[in-house]
Amino acid sequence: MELLCPAGSLPALKTAIDCGADAVYVGLKDDTNARHFAGLNFNDKKLAKGAQYVRDHNKHLHVAINTFAHPGEEKRWFNAVDKCVDLGANAAIIADIATLDYAANKYPDLELHLSVQASATNTAAIDFYQQNFNVKRVVLPRVLSLHQVKQLARNTSIDLEVFAFGSLCIMAEGRCYLSSYFTGESPNTVGACSPAKYVRWQETEKGLESRLNDILIDRYQENEKAGYPTLCKGKFTVDSIDNEEKILYHALEEPTSLNTLSILPELFMANVKSVKIEGRQRSPAYVEQITKVWRAAIDNYKQSPADYKVEADWNAVLANVSEGSQTTLGAYHRDWQ
Amino acid sequence: MKLSLGPLLYYWPKQTTEDFYQQAMSSDADIIYLGETVCSKRRELKARDWINLAKELNHQGKEIVLSSMALLEAPSEIKVLKQLCENGEMSVEANDIGGIQLLSEKKVPFVCGPAINCYNAHTLKLFVNKGMHRWVMPVELSRDWLQKALTDAEKMGIRGQFEVEVFAHGHLPLAYSARCFTARSENKAKDDCELCCIKYPQGRATSTQEGQQVFVLNGIQTQSGYCYNLLNDIESMTGLVDVARVSPSSMDSLTTLHQFKQKILGAEQYVKHDNLQCNGYWHQIAGLSLQG
Repeated sequence: MELLCPAGSLPALKTAIDCGADAVYVGLKDDTNARHFAGLNFNDKKLAKGAQYVRDHNKHLHVAINTFAHPGEEKRWFNAVDKCVDLGANAAIIADIATLDYAANKYPDLELHLSVQASATNTAAIDFYQQNFNVKRVVLPRVLSLHQVKQLARNTSIDLEVFAFGSLCIMAEGRCYLSSYFTGESPNTVGACSPAKYVRWQETEKGLESRLNDILIDRYQENEKAGYPTLCKGKFTVDSIDNEEKILYHALEEPTSLNTLSILPELFMANVKSVKIEGRQRSPAYVEQITKVWRAAIDNYKQSPADYKVEADWNAVLANVSEGSQTTLGAYHRDWQ
Repeated sequence: MKLSLGPLLYYWPKQTTEDFYQQAMSSDADIIYLGETVCSKRRELKARDWINLAKELNHQGKEIVLSSMALLEAPSEIKVLKQLCENGEMSVEANDIGGIQLLSEKKVPFVCGPAINCYNAHTLKLFVNKGMHRWVMPVELSRDWLQKALTDAEKMGIRGQFEVEVFAHGHLPLAYSARCFTARSENKAKDDCELCCIKYPQGRATSTQEGQQVFVLNGIQTQSGYCYNLLNDIESMTGLVDVARVSPSSMDSLTTLHQFKQKILGAEQYVKHDNLQCNGYWHQIAGLSLQG
């Protein structure tokens, strides 16, 4: 099983490799990837250095080209594929059909991974991408239960990659327009969800308010820990039909992170090829802590599957870098759904 | 420009649903989409019932299309999809790539629904080769985006091979999740939801702490809090858009279809929208904005 770690910068990339990642994934410094944030990602020079570092350590490099090509500007996405090949990257992670088509035709030897943003959740969708573009691996959206992941593993020949840890996207990835509904910008079109330039913090008499494009996402009292206003993790009220009192709650989801350490044995048994850590936008310190924990967990399991158990200090480390300091199994566990 | 009545996104009792479609047959819609697109547990009308209803309404002067689910996770859901694909007479709206795969295998002409990520003409061309005869643009895209994609389609020589449909009225389907938000709102687990969404024939309005309506919860689907309304934008759709879609919310949607028809026929009257309506996406700004 491959441990695939995020790298939003050269220091993060080196840290991931040094701490035991089998592979890292990166994005270019433009809107061809879904973490298009200021100060993040790789220009050509840094990318060449990063690729060299990965090669020197006999690890793998994946390049995420996982937004959707704008009409008339497809060249930018196609160039990203060219760069990926020039670098000698081991795989391109692609979401857009136009970009997949280009890559499959121009570079038949380039290994293609279907990005989670393409939202393939069933065998028929996977067949489509396998047959048309010879995709070798699919990154599964975080909407499937463990049972469904196992079913897919049994019923397709494609390699499966799943999200193991990190910020929890609760919608089928690539099919969520909430961010553009609030701000005009979405992961699919500009490569960012709830973009930072629309975020505003304001101290008021009612508490500390977080806003996204002026829309109130949450309000925190003094003893509460404030989190980034990702719009699906705010507090809202739901209208009632019988005039009951409206309750304020996290109508969609609490601020929480995905953590699958406890189901690692089942992911192994389902023959999942790769576990992916989310967080290209996070610091090298985050990458270091997460990579070490997951390396230890995978190695422990491999050494003695029957004795595998989640160590308390692993969870402590992970909780510390999680949203709202809490973690969940998310959709893998049916009760969450 | 033609008018369509999109698939019913909410969960209504069987009788209400059937009555609605009987009425819809004398509405201004040229095309009617039938079928469950949100949740496979909603079985007031089972796949077979939808197909039978569609066959009953077919050949009565309106084009009938069967719509399929957006989020397909279980093998049983693929089975239902196959059943729709094998209906033998009507076109199917695919809302997942898996749908396109099955429909192209069976050589059934299909509509590419709004839940499929088709953002450019290269993708359109590939879909046309697979049998797409109509494209419903993803709801987050603008007039400008559409125009560019169609200019490219023209250059590729495929513009004549498909129609363009735009979601023009109703609460926009914005996201799909594993989680059922309606069940959650009643403190129920999804596996034990008791199909409680049937109590909310227009979903559950959800607001910020300042009372701004931002979402409508509809099972696993999250919709826009405001009602998208392109009634005053019909003029700017002309020449680009072949079909304007009205998404059913109640019998009032049939009146909405009539209003759109009047606009298409040239009524110049500007309709003042209340503050729960929006048209931002069409104007390439935040979806919830209202321009004009």
